[in-house]
Amino acid sequence: MTATTSSLTTTPTTAPPTAQVRPVSFATLTLVEWRKQLDTRAGRWLLITIGIVTAAVLVITGAVGDGNVPFGGFLLGSATPMAMLLPIVGILAATSEWSQRTALVTFTLEPRRTRVGLAKLVSAAASGAAFFAAALAVAALAHLWVVSFRGAEPSWDVPLDVALGALLLVVLGMAQGVGFGLVLLNTPAAIVSYLFIPTLFSIVGSLIAAVRDTMPWIDLGTASEPILMGTASGQDWAQLATASLIWVVAPLVGGLVRLARSEIKSA
Amino acid sequence: MITVERLTKRYGPVVAVDDVSFTATQGHVTGFLGPNGAGKSTTMRMMCGLTPATSGTARILGVPFAALANPGRRVGVLLDASAQHAGRTGREVLTLAALLTGVDRRRIDAVLDLVGLTDKEAARRVGTYSLGMRQRLGIASALLGDPEVLVLDEPANGLDPAGIRWMRDLLQDFAARGGTVLLSSHLLHEIEQVADRLVVIGRGRVVAQGAKDDLLRRAGTFARSDDDAALAAALRGAGIAVVPLATGGLDAEAEPAVVARTASAAGVVVTELRAAGSRGLEDLFFELTADDAREEVSA
Repeated sequence: MTATTSSLTTTPTTAPPTAQVRPVSFATLTLVEWRKQLDTRAGRWLLITIGIVTAAVLVITGAVGDGNVPFGGFLLGSATPMAMLLPIVGILAATSEWSQRTALVTFTLEPRRTRVGLAKLVSAAASGAAFFAAALAVAALAHLWVVSFRGAEPSWDVPLDVALGALLLVVLGMAQGVGFGLVLLNTPAAIVSYLFIPTLFSIVGSLIAAVRDTMPWIDLGTASEPILMGTASGQDWAQLATASLIWVVAPLVGGLVRLARSEIKSA
Repeated sequence: MITVERLTKRYGPVVAVDDVSFTATQGHVTGFLGPNGAGKSTTMRMMCGLTPATSGTARILGVPFAALANPGRRVGVLLDASAQHAGRTGREVLTLAALLTGVDRRRIDAVLDLVGLTDKEAARRVGTYSLGMRQRLGIASALLGDPEVLVLDEPANGLDPAGIRWMRDLLQDFAARGGTVLLSSHLLHEIEQVADRLVVIGRGRVVAQGAKDDLLRRAGTFARSDDDAALAAALRGAGIAVVPLATGGLDAEAEPAVVARTASAAGVVVTELRAAGSRGLEDLFFELTADDAREEVSA
């Protein structure tokens, strides 16, 4: 658009400016979806809450006992509440289109709905990665604090495969959040389901002897443990893959199908 | 240019939109008129690819909506002014749309100015807006991408009379510059002020369409004379249907000139003569939709 055109009031166009109109690129769509996760009060408060909980966990970890906590210990402390709460950002990215009724606008500006769903997935994963970087930074600060003021032994060792594994789990969690959000298209239902169904599944599964051996294959929590311990074998990775298939990939695929097929109304 | 052909939507046994065909042409403001629950919003959602049609097609600028690359730059859509995130500011709503569609951000100030939202109002969260302000923001969003076509569902809802006049000027200006406008309303007096063509819909079916003036003319002539009975007899004698009105005067199913000529020939002095006008269109509207009107159905 030229400056002259954009300064006009209501300039429809006898000669359509088709040539000048660029299609919406996936990168643009993803950036806009990312901004949408952060530009509302609900989104900001969620992030502030995660920050406060993380800080509290770190302070307690460092202040209680002799303070001799390695960097890896703090990282676990900062990443755990994050991994638990961050997927809610992904859930909201999907469900707020319905709870806040913005879906009408979103899907008239980009009618290719699967693309919008994927942009939400990518931007949520990016949020997860950014938060993981922040978790590394605050864990490092916390470790510096106990080393400087509480006489702890400096211990910066975190195996690379554990760090990458933790990053992977955060990203999987974000994808799970988007998946639950897209399947249910309802904020409270999606948050409650995300928080309770997998947990309930773990508890019930561990009580039934017959399925106890299968649990690592089908329970994401159980499958995640060896990854965070740094003891993951080939079989452990295979178990993470099958559990992710059930808890992440299946809701995502179901959610994208529902998104593509559903009727979008304002109420 | 909007072309709707045999568009039908069924929800189970309910036919919400039944074989609807019409066109909204360039250079005109087409009003989509019907009582609540007549199928206006469903038709508009189908036009925009939000509701899958059971059968039939809708094309905008020659293609289905979903086939438009960057539709925000070709078609300005306002389907529900209240459907905005309550926690975003008006300006942020426009900024997101501008980022997505690749519109220059300076255009945001231009459209805010155009719809009469001040900087201060634009900085407030949409949750605090009145319905009239939301409509203005919605129209600003629709105009943001500098589109060729506008599709507006009940845009005058919540606007005061001055706001409706403003919208009429805006839309007629848009159409005069070669744009296509389709706007819906369940209120006749709104649409009568804004549109120059009408598509009237009742219980999912198109019951009348055409130029507003033609539809008005079809609605007949109101006449008052020094001898209504004689005038009525003369008109009936000329094969024109006549309805005497309890309040005096009569409605004749003919153009004013024909009524005047008949009165003159019969030696009756006409004291008042006019196209039935808005009242006539209202009668037409109720007549056309009487069988189809529903009382408590959401749009």
